[in-house]
Amino acid sequence: MLGKTANGLYWMSRYLERAENTSRLVETGQRIGLTRLGQDDDEWASVMRSASVLAGYEEHHDEVTKDAAINWMLREKANPASVLSTISEARQNARMVRTALTHEVWEAINGCYMAVKDALARKVSERDLPAVLGLIRQRTALVRGATHGTMLRNDIYDFTRLGTFLERADATARILDVKYYVLLPSAFAVGSSIDNVHWETILRSVSARGGFRMAYGSQVNARDIAQFLILDKRMPRSLNFCATKIHNNLSYLGADYDTPPQSSLMAKALVDRFMNHDIEAVFDYGLHEYIQTVLSMLSKLGQQIEKDYRFYE
Amino acid sequence: MSEKNIFDEMWGTDEVLRGPYSEFQSWFQDEDLKRLRAKQREAEEVFRLAGITFNVYGRAEAEERLIPFDIIPRIIAGREWQRLCKGIEQRVRAINAFLHDIYNRQEIIKAGRVPQEMIAKNEAFLPQMIGMTPPGGVYTHIVGIDLVRTGPDQFYVLEDNARTPSGVSYMLENRETMLQMFPELFSRNRVQPVQNYPVNLRRSLAACAPPACDGPPTVAVLTPGIYNSAYYEHAFLADQMGVELVEGHDLRVVNGRVAMRTTHGYKPIDVLYRRIDDDFLDPLNFNPESALGVPGIMDVYRAGGITIANAPGTGIADDKAIYSYMPDIVEFYTGEKAILENVPTWRCSEPDSLAYVLDNLSELVVKEVHGSGGYGMLIGPTSSKKEIEEFRKKLTARPGNYIAQPTLALSTVPIFTKSGLAPRHVDLRPFVLCSPEGIDITPGGLTRVALEKGSLVVNSSQGGGTKDTWVLED
Repeated sequence: MLGKTANGLYWMSRYLERAENTSRLVETGQRIGLTRLGQDDDEWASVMRSASVLAGYEEHHDEVTKDAAINWMLREKANPASVLSTISEARQNARMVRTALTHEVWEAINGCYMAVKDALARKVSERDLPAVLGLIRQRTALVRGATHGTMLRNDIYDFTRLGTFLERADATARILDVKYYVLLPSAFAVGSSIDNVHWETILRSVSARGGFRMAYGSQVNARDIAQFLILDKRMPRSLNFCATKIHNNLSYLGADYDTPPQSSLMAKALVDRFMNHDIEAVFDYGLHEYIQTVLSMLSKLGQQIEKDYRFYE
Repeated sequence: MSEKNIFDEMWGTDEVLRGPYSEFQSWFQDEDLKRLRAKQREAEEVFRLAGITFNVYGRAEAEERLIPFDIIPRIIAGREWQRLCKGIEQRVRAINAFLHDIYNRQEIIKAGRVPQEMIAKNEAFLPQMIGMTPPGGVYTHIVGIDLVRTGPDQFYVLEDNARTPSGVSYMLENRETMLQMFPELFSRNRVQPVQNYPVNLRRSLAACAPPACDGPPTVAVLTPGIYNSAYYEHAFLADQMGVELVEGHDLRVVNGRVAMRTTHGYKPIDVLYRRIDDDFLDPLNFNPESALGVPGIMDVYRAGGITIANAPGTGIADDKAIYSYMPDIVEFYTGEKAILENVPTWRCSEPDSLAYVLDNLSELVVKEVHGSGGYGMLIGPTSSKKEIEEFRKKLTARPGNYIAQPTLALSTVPIFTKSGLAPRHVDLRPFVLCSPEGIDITPGGLTRVALEKGSLVVNSSQGGGTKDTWVLED
C-alpha cells in the first residue's frame, strides 16, 4: 500500500471519529443545559474544553454563549474540529484513497458529507438541533457499518482502525482530563446533586449511560465511572479497549516486517504498563498524572505510526 | 443551414424511423413521461452520490459539478460500427507510425508530405524523444478519436486525442446507470458490452512493460491530485484496474527505477499511465516549476526503466495544425486512402487560406491550434458581429495559431426534455487501446450532447451533457 494511502485512511477515520465525538459533546451540553436549573452557559466552556476547541473559540469570541458554542462546534469553518470541517476533511481523505475503499464505504462517506453539509448550511435553530445531531449520528454510523460489513480485513482496514481508536482514546482521555477532579475518591460528598450532573455529563459524552447501568447497576459512583472509562475491557470507548485495539492492529501490520516497527513496541508498552491494573493502582499513581501520561503516549504513538508506515516520506 | 437538412439518428431526414431505434421506439411509446422524469432525477442522484463530478477551472473555489446525463440512449447499428472501426484502426496505426517516424528518420518530411516547419517549430514536438522508441513500439496506448456524423454514412474525424484523452469513466458509468434504471431496454436490445474496458486497459498497458520489468508488470495511474478536473476518472480507472493511484510526491527515482513510496518502502513501477501533461512530467527535463511530476523520470524512461503511457511527445500527432495533414499521413504509412474523412480545414498560416477565412468568418468555425475543451474558438454562425470582429483581430495578429473549418450539419439524437423527446446535436468519442497485441476499440464510446436547442458546442466545460452509446449486435 502507498504510504499516502495509509495516511489518508488513517486520517479519514480519525476525522470521522472526531466529528462523532464533537457532535456527541454538543448533544451532552444541550441536554445538561436543558435539565438544569439556572440560566448560565458555564457548562459550554467545559464542553468545549472536552472537545479541545475552547482555545480556538476564545480567539474568535469574547464570551461563552450556548448559541455561539453550538455554532462553533457544529459548523464553523474557522474551527478545524467542527463537525462540518472534520466531515469535509474525512471526505477529502476518502477521495484521496478512493481506490482503497469499497464502493459502499465511499458512497456512505460521500452521502454523509452531502447530508451533513446540507443540514449545516445555515445556523441550526434549537428546534432543529436534535434532528441535526441525529442525522450526524446516523450518517457516521452508516460509514462505520459499511466499513465493517464490506472491507477486507487487511492492512487497509488496519489503518482505518488505527485512526478510529487513536482518536477515540484521545477523546476519552480528554473528557477525563477535564472532569478528573470529580472522579477523585475524596472530591465531593457522595450523592450530592452536583456530582450527578458531572457524572451524567461524563457518561453522556461517551454514549454510555445504558452501558454503565448494565455493567455496574444504577448506583453511580466515581470509582466505578473511572474504572468503566479507563480500564473496562467491555466498554468500546474505554482507554483500555482502545489501546488494546491499537496494539492488535499494529501487531497485524507489523507481522509483515522482519522486526516489529517501533510503534508496535510503543503500543505494547502502553497496554502493559498502563492498562493491566485495577483502578486503585491508577488512583495511587495519581489520576491526573495518569491521564496526562496516557495522552502524551498516544500523541507520540501517532507520530511514530506516521514514521513507521511512511505517511509522508 | 436549415434544421430540415440535419440528419437525425432516430428519424433520418425524412421522419422515417431508422432501424436501430425500432425497439427503443416501441418501448418509449408505452412509457409514461412522469415515470421517465423521475428516472432522470434518479440518475442525477446516482451520479451525485457516486461523486462522478468534475471541477470547473477558473472559479474561485474548486467546485464540483455534475456533467448532465441524458437518459435516452444513442443507438448505432452493428454494421455502421464495423465500418467506423476499420477507419479508426487505420487512423490509429497511422498515428503511431507517424510518431515513430517523426522522432526517428522523418521519412514523411523527406518525402515532402508534411512540411519541416510544421514539426520543428511545433511546441508539441519534444526533442527529448528524438531517437527513442518506447517499449513495444507503442506511442499512443490510449486514443480517443472525436467523430461527428452528418448523414447515414458520413462520418468525419473532428480531432484526434493522442495525449491523455478523458471521458472513458463516463462511458462506463453511463452504461452502469442505464443498466440499473432500464434493465428492460437491455432485454429488448442486444447491446454490445463496454464493461471490459478496464480489464483490457490493464492488459494493454501490461503488454507494454519496459525491458527492466522482471515478473508481472506493476501498473500505476499518475494523477495531479484531487483538485484536478478529471480526478474522479483517475481514481475510477485505478480502482477498476486494481492498481495504485499515485501522485508525483509518492514517486521518486530509486536505483534507476521510478518507485512509489509504500508502507513497506519504495517499490518499482513498470508502467505508468500518466494523466498529467508532458510539460509537468519531469521538472529536470521539462517545466522546472512542476511539482506534479517525478524528477528524473525521463532519464529512467530513456534507459528502459519504465513505460510512460501515453509516450511523451504524442501531442505532435493530435495538434490541430497537423490534423489537416492526416489524410496524407494515413496514406503515407498505410498505403491506403484514409477510410475516415477529415473535416475540410483551412490552415490560417497559409496566406490564401487566411484570406478566405477572413472573408467568410461568419460561416466558419475557427479554432486555436493548441486549444482544447472548446475554449478560445469562434463559431461563426452563432456569433455576434462584435464577437466576430474581435476574433478577426486575434486571427490577423497570429494567423499561424488558427485553423478554420466549415460549420458541419452535425447529426442530432433525441434527448429527454420536459415535453418528451427533442433532437440535439452530438459528437462521439470512441476509445482505442493500442499494444503490441493489437488494437482494441470499445464498442460505443462517449457521446457528448449539446443540451441547448440548436447549439453545436458539446464540451462539458461549456454546458454539454453525455449519453449512453449503444452499439447493437446485428
